[in-house]
Amino acid sequence: MDTSKVAKSNATTAATTKGPNRAGAAATWADERLGLATAMKKNLRKVFPDHWSFMLGEIALWSFVVLLLTGVFLTLWFTPSMGEVQYNGSYDQLRGIHMSEAYASSLRISFDVRGGLLMRQMHHWAAMLFVASMMVHLLRVFFTGAFRKPRELNWVIGCLLLILGTLEGFTGYSLPDDLLSGTGIRAADGFVKATPVVGSYMSFFMFGGEFPGESIIPRLYTVHVLLIPGLLLALIAAHMLLLVYHKHTQWPGPGRTERNVVGYPMLPVYAAKAGGFFFIVFGVTALLGALLTINPVWKYGPYDPSKVTAGSQPDWYMGWPDGALRIMPGLESHFWGITISWNVMLPILVLPVVMFTILLLLPFLDAWITGDKRDHHLLERPRNAPTRTALMVALMTMYGLFWIAGGNDIIAIQLHASINQITYFLRVAVFVGPVIAFVVTRRWCISLQRKDNEMLLHGYETGVIMRSPEGGYSEKHLPLPATRAYAIASRDRDPVLEDHQHTQDANGVPAPSGGRLQALRHRVRTLWYADNVQKPSPAELEEGHHHAEHEHELQASVEGQAADGHQFDGHHLVEDEGLRHH
Amino acid sequence: MSESHDKGFDSGPGHELVNVPDEAVVNDLYPDPGLAEHQWRPTDVDPRAEKRAERQVATLFGLSAICTILLLVSYFVFDIGDDPDVVGGLGASNLFLGLSLAGALLFIGIGVIQWARKLMADHEIVEDRHPSASSAEDREATLAALSTGLEESGIGRRPLVRNSLLGAVGLLGLPAIVLLRDLGPTPNQVKNAQPYPGAGLENTIWEKGMRVVRDVVGTPIRPADLQLGDLVNAEPEGIFKSPEDGKPLEGLALQVNKSKGAVVVVRMEPDEITPGDGRENWSVDGIVCYSKICTHVGCPISLYERTTHHLLCPCHQSTFDLADSARVVFGPAARPLPQLPLMVDDEGYLVAQSGFTEPVGPSFWERG
Repeated sequence: MDTSKVAKSNATTAATTKGPNRAGAAATWADERLGLATAMKKNLRKVFPDHWSFMLGEIALWSFVVLLLTGVFLTLWFTPSMGEVQYNGSYDQLRGIHMSEAYASSLRISFDVRGGLLMRQMHHWAAMLFVASMMVHLLRVFFTGAFRKPRELNWVIGCLLLILGTLEGFTGYSLPDDLLSGTGIRAADGFVKATPVVGSYMSFFMFGGEFPGESIIPRLYTVHVLLIPGLLLALIAAHMLLLVYHKHTQWPGPGRTERNVVGYPMLPVYAAKAGGFFFIVFGVTALLGALLTINPVWKYGPYDPSKVTAGSQPDWYMGWPDGALRIMPGLESHFWGITISWNVMLPILVLPVVMFTILLLLPFLDAWITGDKRDHHLLERPRNAPTRTALMVALMTMYGLFWIAGGNDIIAIQLHASINQITYFLRVAVFVGPVIAFVVTRRWCISLQRKDNEMLLHGYETGVIMRSPEGGYSEKHLPLPATRAYAIASRDRDPVLEDHQHTQDANGVPAPSGGRLQALRHRVRTLWYADNVQKPSPAELEEGHHHAEHEHELQASVEGQAADGHQFDGHHLVEDEGLRHH
Repeated sequence: MSESHDKGFDSGPGHELVNVPDEAVVNDLYPDPGLAEHQWRPTDVDPRAEKRAERQVATLFGLSAICTILLLVSYFVFDIGDDPDVVGGLGASNLFLGLSLAGALLFIGIGVIQWARKLMADHEIVEDRHPSASSAEDREATLAALSTGLEESGIGRRPLVRNSLLGAVGLLGLPAIVLLRDLGPTPNQVKNAQPYPGAGLENTIWEKGMRVVRDVVGTPIRPADLQLGDLVNAEPEGIFKSPEDGKPLEGLALQVNKSKGAVVVVRMEPDEITPGDGRENWSVDGIVCYSKICTHVGCPISLYERTTHHLLCPCHQSTFDLADSARVVFGPAARPLPQLPLMVDDEGYLVAQSGFTEPVGPSFWERG
């Protein structure tokens, strides 16, 4: 084929400029003032590796941009005030009713501003997408080991983004001051009051006096449109800068090593793909906003502290602490004239902090246990770190069970089950479930490691059954394609642990014992790697291949006489090849 | 080079890790097959395919432009407000604005990605990584500069200056907290100042002789108005007729008192009631009254099951037995709902014998 005229500008050598042009002139103008050329020299053609899972964080980034755009639109009409007004807008069923200005302006945006409802719904959908994609992105990063050195700090920044995003969501859906959001703030007041010693003071300072006060909506507004978005922007910038500095991780495979990064250049391919993807995320949000009603505040009515609706629930990402709150037994201590509300404090003030701290520390915990101080740029398949994978699945299971508990009333209604039994079950399940999930996941990973080794040593299963002259049956195996075998074998061997506690060094002096912490670490490390299956050694591989050749010899007698089965393994064309003809 | 102790494994004293290569992933089983050979796409080698792809991309951008025009048209064509246009049960304005906006954006996105996939060069390229750490020389130079700078500042040699600075800066943290003091009054300030009737965490507007009235309308209730099994959402009459000036409460005073004064009144067979100690005469003809504010985190409660006399909070499902002093029978709440002692006034309406005998709503530290 004639490829002489085909674009080859992605080659490693830069294209030569063809004399002055407008883009070049503009770049020169800018460079004479900003001196960006030095920094841009490499970054314009920076290489990004390709994999679908690398797109998850991008969804979070773009949905944040959508949030900024739609959010600015909403601020033009929203009035963050709890001042009481009589509603006179277009929505018939609430006309004449007294409500806060915040709620009245939310109704105005929904019914009297063209495109207002669309922007409100897009804003809410984008928020859902933002938090959800951050969580899935976090899981991807953890399961593939992308959080390891040198990227631990970016993990920490990511975790901060997640918690700030969650708080941003809570402050956002509290603003319309409808019955549902007001109920959420009412509960938040209860949480704050459960804080030991200073709880009631904190509540009075938050609300500017007794709940509900007249200050909470304007204050939440400042937090929602200024404080948290500013922090989010700064942290996102830092997150992206570190990503560029470290260069993206990549999956092992032919040509991909710890020392390089293989993929497509930022300009033009990734600029186009990522830029195009922004429009797709934006467009999908618009589609959601057009077709799927979200948070119909007009149906809930204005907030009234003496009213509530059945099935009151926070947005989904706040569901898990709410679930913990629901299944917590009603424990409260009264002594010396004080009250300690364990039933509120433990699930809503202590648990999220503990879970978040664990999340933040995971990379450091992993590094401490494994003792691994090397740089990691090649990703690790989840199966090749069975304990790490199982740990996250256990945490996910706990999260999921708490989240289910957050909907125990809905589940009871939908499944016609007893809410009491669901609650009692979940009280046990949140502890037992993660343990089961841990054990199952770990064994599952180890089995997959075994299967990988099988494939390396004996080839893949063709599904072709061979019958030997003696009448025995066996399945025919064929060697893996070289690229696949290389990718599977591109993994680390776990370090061999040797306990030197009671040994002596070359001079007969007992080796120093490392103290209690070191002993603990050694024990945890032993458990961390226990039962893991290592990839075969070169000798084992050699033996395996030898064995396969031997098998081939045994089968040689049948080969050629008839269909050898290769035809049907999906790797060959079957035309012109027949089965045995009698 | 300091790299030798930076890389590799930290085994800790007393233990040794063997079998760890310096580079994290080493493939000792197979030689690297190298990057796959570049596959030419049909658009690279077939000018017709290339032209076709070009037309596809341009068409997608054209469709986006059409959607944008549709968006502008829908903005002006469809009415919202009092008498909105409706299409297929949905608000036409929202539907068409949303769909056309989605089209305008998605077609650009799909077009650009199609362009990248079909027409932009698709040679994989390789870039070398550099260690995240600076080179040893750079690090040394920086550390030297740092120590020279610190040395010249004398921060190590002049502990008096250093420590007084640290103290002064640290002290600046206090104003950052103290200046927030006026975010709100303290609970005691509110209780003592009584800016509105019933102010303070321990108080409500309820007092001896205050009528129990229906919420929303504010009409008083006679015992005979209630059927067996009825539940009435009620409020203190004081929010409709302030004890101070006889006017209805408004704004803050109204909201706060609703959040503390709301009650439920239920009627059951008198012999079904198990009165608490000292509460034998708190009911009138089987009519009992409890705070509507959940003792868990403060949601108003009103899901009543008349056969069991159970009242369930829709927020976290705490369940209270109204026949038994609102004892907690299920859920995360720790305390029964406070009970309002009832009696009948001269005109035969239900009134409070006194205010609540304990604070209503969620627990707090000083509650006791």
